[in-house]
Amino acid sequence: MRLTGRSAMLLRIASSLTLAFIYIPLAIIIIYAFNPDVVLKWPPPGLTLDWFGKAFENDGAREAFFNSIKAGLAATAFALVLGTLASLAVARYKFFGRETVSFLVILPIALPGIVTGVALNTSFTQVLGIDLGLFTIIIGHATFCIVVVYNNVVARLRRLSTSFEEASADLGATPFQTFRRVTLPNMRGALVAGALLAFGLSFDEIIVTRFTAGAGEQTLPLWILDNFSRPNQLPIVNVVAVLVILISIIPVYAAYRLTKDEDGATAAHAAP
Amino acid sequence: MEAADALTPQPKRSVGRRLAGLFHGRPRLQISTLLAGPIGWLVVGYLGSLAVLLVAGFWTLGELSGEVEQSFTFDNFSQIFTEPVYRTVIGRTVLIAALVTLTDALLALPLAFYMAKVAGARTRGMLVVAVLVPLWSSYLVKVYAFKTILSEEGALNWALNPLGIEGPGPGNVSVWLVMSYIWLPYMIIPIYAALERMPDTLLSASEDLGAHPGHTFRRVIFPLIFPAIIAGSIFTFSLTLGDYIAVQLLSTNQFIGTIVSSNITNNLPFAAAFATVPIVIMVIYLLLARRAGAFEHV
Repeated sequence: MRLTGRSAMLLRIASSLTLAFIYIPLAIIIIYAFNPDVVLKWPPPGLTLDWFGKAFENDGAREAFFNSIKAGLAATAFALVLGTLASLAVARYKFFGRETVSFLVILPIALPGIVTGVALNTSFTQVLGIDLGLFTIIIGHATFCIVVVYNNVVARLRRLSTSFEEASADLGATPFQTFRRVTLPNMRGALVAGALLAFGLSFDEIIVTRFTAGAGEQTLPLWILDNFSRPNQLPIVNVVAVLVILISIIPVYAAYRLTKDEDGATAAHAAP
Repeated sequence: MEAADALTPQPKRSVGRRLAGLFHGRPRLQISTLLAGPIGWLVVGYLGSLAVLLVAGFWTLGELSGEVEQSFTFDNFSQIFTEPVYRTVIGRTVLIAALVTLTDALLALPLAFYMAKVAGARTRGMLVVAVLVPLWSSYLVKVYAFKTILSEEGALNWALNPLGIEGPGPGNVSVWLVMSYIWLPYMIIPIYAALERMPDTLLSASEDLGAHPGHTFRRVIFPLIFPAIIAGSIFTFSLTLGDYIAVQLLSTNQFIGTIVSSNITNNLPFAAAFATVPIVIMVIYLLLARRAGAFEHV
């Protein structure tokens, strides 16, 4: 769009300020990871790499890291299957209550996390009698990760013409063969992107996790929260925070690259 | 692949064929098979849990044991309505959630517009990544970043003190800042997506007909992206409404989330009853949002 000089300038300034607002806090946290001082005083008196080594030697942090990986992988697997099934039904059929399916899928992420957390906690502890642990963390994460896979795959299926699938059926393929040979290869990118984003969402979730985790199991965000209140642990928390930022950036960037060629807007669909 | 399949033994193929025959011409059976898993999970697992939560709000604590008793009482709910402190807490939380939503909409509009309509293809791609990355990076790290920045010896005071200004200490202003910060990408993305879908010719047409940019924005752009703003607001509003970690770390005031979380271990029935407050608020909000057409944009 053509903008007059002054509006273009104002728009550019406003956009830059918003971007600065988004990135300055992240930059500050990254700088603090190299802070030689235990106290978080700005600006840091110098820079050091010491805390990185100490963070890797920290047993609690390492254990929490592997718990987060396990929870993320399992939740992603559940979300992938359930999200894909739901998206196939919604994108390929017309039926009564189709809108309700979309609504239901989005509900766990549209309702405040504390509601989901307390609801699952109450069900697990009071009705089902399940001990809280890694398993309950996975159930909780899968519930709100379904929407990420679903959004991605539905967006892809809507763009994929049904004529390919019809041609396959006309040529004598069973629905399963059509799915395996035609539909699946076409939505592979969306599936991988959905899985990456679901993992990213699960890996650093805390609001729901805090209510579905038992006393024994800690994920990385829970470990960070636990160590906020221990001043001598803060340098290690800073390093772990940088690690968490990095681990979330990689899947998002990869998912973006995967879906970019299909349609520039897909990355937006990927967002919850 | 084709040749290999042609050589597959007949019986194996016939199972697939027979199943296909079963599903053929029965779209309802096909739909039910596809939806059984996901809808079963969400209805039984999730809606079921929400129902348990609602029921648990009517339970009580044994007077002597302090254990949860699955009896029936309205006490928890009447307490929420009668004690003025809870009304203050709900009012404060809703007000901050509304302010956060407004702030994010104001911050998101120019950036989303720049991304969708002004930036070239390369810059646009970079900006999309630049907005998506913080959306997915850790909530807790961002809260922590703000805690350090807003602290007594933090970066904000370091920048402001020479000007004779004191940064906001723990309190509502800090909560408003951190919440606006954390949920901002949730507002940018739907607005960007809506603007990207909007044909550029529409803007040119408005311009050719003599409208100046402000006029075009009010009469053409805003009505078209309004559902997207509502879609974004679902997240900014709801996520602020239910937050209990950031508000606890950055303020000493009580919020809906802090009341629920502080009661969960000692008084589960009351926590459950209080957790229905954000549900009711959000259900009303979602119904209004649906009328505004927001679900096309989530």
